[in-house]
Amino acid sequence: MSEIVFELNGEQTKLAVSPTRRVIDVLREDLKLTGSKEGCGTGECGACSVLVDGQLRLACLMVAGQLDGHRLTTVEGLGESPLGAKVQTAFAQAGAVQCGYCTPGMEIAAVDLLSRQPDPSRDEVRAALSGNLCRCTGYVKIIDAVCQAADVLNASEDAQS
Amino acid sequence: MTKTTNDVNALAVGANETRADAKAKAQGREPYAADYYPDGVLWAGAVRPGARQGVAHARLLAIDTAAAAALPGVVKILTAADVPGTNRQGIVHKDMPVLVGDKLRYAGDPVALVIAESREALRQAIGLVVVSLEPLPAVCDPVAAMAEGAVRVHDERADNLLAAAEIRLGEGAQGLDHCDVVVAGSFSTPVQAHGFIETENGVACCAPDGSLTMTISTQAPFRDRMEIAHALGLSFDQIRIVAPCLGGGFGGKDGATVQCLLALAALHSDGRPVKMVWGREENLLAGYRRHSCRVDYRLGANRDGTLEAVHCRLVYDTGAYAHLGGEVMALGMEHAGGPYRIPHVLIEGQCVYTNNPVAGAMRAFGVCQVTFAFEAMIAELARELGIDPLALRRQNALLPGDTNCAGVVVGESTGIADCLDLIAGHPLWLERAAWKDAAPPGTQRGVGLAAVFNAAGYGAKVRDSAIAKVELTGDGQFVVHNAVSDMGQGNAAAFVQIAGHVLQQDAARVSVRQPDTATAYPSGSSSAGRTTFTFGNALIVACEQLKARLINRAGLLLFVDDDSTLTLVPGKIVHQASAREVSLARLAGFLRDEERSCLGEYVAPLCPDPGTGKGFFIGFPHVVFAYGAHLARIEVDLSTGQIRVVDYLAVTDGGQVINPAMYDQQVHGGVAQGLGYALMEDLATRDGQVLAGDFSRYLIPGALDLPEITSVACPGEESRGPFGMKGIGEVAMNGPLPAVANALADGCAIHLRDAPLTPERVLLALESLAEESSQ
Ligand code: FES
Ligand code: FES
Repeated sequence: MSEIVFELNGEQTKLAVSPTRRVIDVLREDLKLTGSKEGCGTGECGACSVLVDGQLRLACLMVAGQLDGHRLTTVEGLGESPLGAKVQTAFAQAGAVQCGYCTPGMEIAAVDLLSRQPDPSRDEVRAALSGNLCRCTGYVKIIDAVCQAADVLNASEDAQS
Repeated sequence: MTKTTNDVNALAVGANETRADAKAKAQGREPYAADYYPDGVLWAGAVRPGARQGVAHARLLAIDTAAAAALPGVVKILTAADVPGTNRQGIVHKDMPVLVGDKLRYAGDPVALVIAESREALRQAIGLVVVSLEPLPAVCDPVAAMAEGAVRVHDERADNLLAAAEIRLGEGAQGLDHCDVVVAGSFSTPVQAHGFIETENGVACCAPDGSLTMTISTQAPFRDRMEIAHALGLSFDQIRIVAPCLGGGFGGKDGATVQCLLALAALHSDGRPVKMVWGREENLLAGYRRHSCRVDYRLGANRDGTLEAVHCRLVYDTGAYAHLGGEVMALGMEHAGGPYRIPHVLIEGQCVYTNNPVAGAMRAFGVCQVTFAFEAMIAELARELGIDPLALRRQNALLPGDTNCAGVVVGESTGIADCLDLIAGHPLWLERAAWKDAAPPGTQRGVGLAAVFNAAGYGAKVRDSAIAKVELTGDGQFVVHNAVSDMGQGNAAAFVQIAGHVLQQDAARVSVRQPDTATAYPSGSSSAGRTTFTFGNALIVACEQLKARLINRAGLLLFVDDDSTLTLVPGKIVHQASAREVSLARLAGFLRDEERSCLGEYVAPLCPDPGTGKGFFIGFPHVVFAYGAHLARIEVDLSTGQIRVVDYLAVTDGGQVINPAMYDQQVHGGVAQGLGYALMEDLATRDGQVLAGDFSRYLIPGALDLPEITSVACPGEESRGPFGMKGIGEVAMNGPLPAVANALADGCAIHLRDAPLTPERVLLALESLAEESSQ
């Protein structure tokens, strides 16, 4: 056990935890933040995607010690940023959600993409989501959702400027 | 706050309402079975020595648990001797032990169940259980398994044949004798994994009074209760199953996975909750999978293209246990003549036990295997006859009133001809020649078609019924008590939409409670394209009854004696003429608890026996079918053999559409799973050992592997369905493999008979084609 200090969805968080415990277990079991899913445990499905300092990471391949001093965002905190909220709304409205098990990870990957590239082409969206498996949708409506979120985002920025 | 249309308008069937579950799922708030971590939870896991020791068939000699039991954190280790009851599970045939006591029949058979304080202790303890096995010769090829004197998978059975049946129409195979043209081919299809992202899991707790409460990722909570009761010698009322939303199912969570093991663990956990989660490797080893199939066809027609006769033989490999093997075979056979009129038919099917992992239900079970073969035969026939492949299909397409290959007279809602006509008028078809000509250097382009259909419902001799409950809560909201799991297909949201439509309520006033055997009523499994059809019909009955009752009781409060002058609108009942009204919240307070809910029952239509089948047990034949016509445009890289599906069009006859977006979701998903089946998915085994243990070796399509998929709904109506709909969850799965194979034949003149159509197979075929033409 050791103490790690990190920012979790905007809140300073202190945790006594084994530094080698997987982040996905810390989130789901210890903190009851079950929005992040585990689909493979080996880095292939992307269901456990989270943002660490704003960058896409896989919580099944990270250990708790790696969080110390960093900023972690999970699907539960995603809606607090305007970008994250727009992505979540677009996923719901565009029909991108079926069983929903890949959805949190997909949204995290989408936010990661849109924060780097606010106006992606459909092919860029495909590439950015290629680490996230979805067995229900065929991806079409997921890509629609990401493009829709980008449109909404760009429209609201145009309105502001 | 500004109101969206959904807040003020009643939900309407046919409208593109946002799925009721979408928001919670998008925010990560929807609870799945895997998300339950009760305080003080224990972890349970199975010991599966066959995979570890590389044997698929073996006598179990001894289990030494001493080292594992001595590990700190290990609570208990159970073996077959600890299983009360029959220790047998299975949907139709109870042939699968919860824990094996005598012999292993496949590499994933469990021999012991470990309960531990933590996942880490569990993992270590499983590794420390020493199992002595005496390997037996294994039979892993279904054809070899049928040979005289073959090793028997089940000692108590005379042979390995689980089921054998035939369908005969007209002159049977003799019909081929007077055909102008006969084409023939032999095909094989691979094992496919469901690949749901949430693996099999659940959590269970046994109370001091012996009652079990379990939260399971399951497609059939009510049947689970029967499975557990049978296997463990419990009574139904001791077992409560809660089935939250599933993170995917596709058939793989229909039938016992964790259920009986977990219930057994709970019985030995002194009242503590216990959790079991299969990892991906365990899912690929011990989870169910799609049956592989060998298919031999002969198809005959007249010079003018009229189909005359078909003869086919199907051999399905069910693996070590029956699951629904016989029914999978039956459904495949029922579809083996395609959605066409063929007067002379002989379809022979066999389903065989082997020492391979257990095959079970998977989307479009039995059917996608035969569709590959049949539609390739149709394409070949078109080439032989020099008839346009679309025209040939159209000419023979079933029309209302025709007799299908199972001898069933099909009803009004038979839209295959209309689906084909919509393809014929679509730019992706019309502009195919120019598109093919524009193939970039080093590539070849091809366009392929498939005409598909898929029965809905359980079929003959299995009552396909549902009991729906709808409730007005004490504060004037409506709750639909769903009884058939939502594995992602959106039936729960469809139920909300149906209830909102009938009760004239907006989205904010209707919610759904997911299946719980303590509060809902037995309504069958979430499967077979019957979920929304059967439960939806029951729900309409319940909602109409409740609506009539609420209006009647409102009349008492409003001093109105003519119910027909009262209207139920969002949140209230109004008497337009006098402008008097009563809110539903107020009305709810006026009612007794039992008056606030209504039950509706429905039994789906059964098919009268057409007298064409022999050897069928249950599930043959069906009366309601969804139809579809698919088109794939592919580009083949001639140097790598890689197929890229560039465009995909799926036209579907699902009757009336309850929700267009959800309709497209089902079609997209079926096409995606079908393209995986066509291009890459192959859960191969060697000597009964599964070769893939993760998603790096069992590949499913990612975002870069799939095209834009266009879904078109063909107008139609199934009068027996709720609001004219019929289930379309399965039909789309059938199209991609034949459509892509036919596109490959069109573009490259190669005819692959073994799926999936991998780059290696394509390259090999291209090479042998080049050799042939150089000779
Ligand atoms: S669970 Fe982390 S990538 Fe699959
Ligand atoms: S929605 Fe089910 S896995 Fe993506």
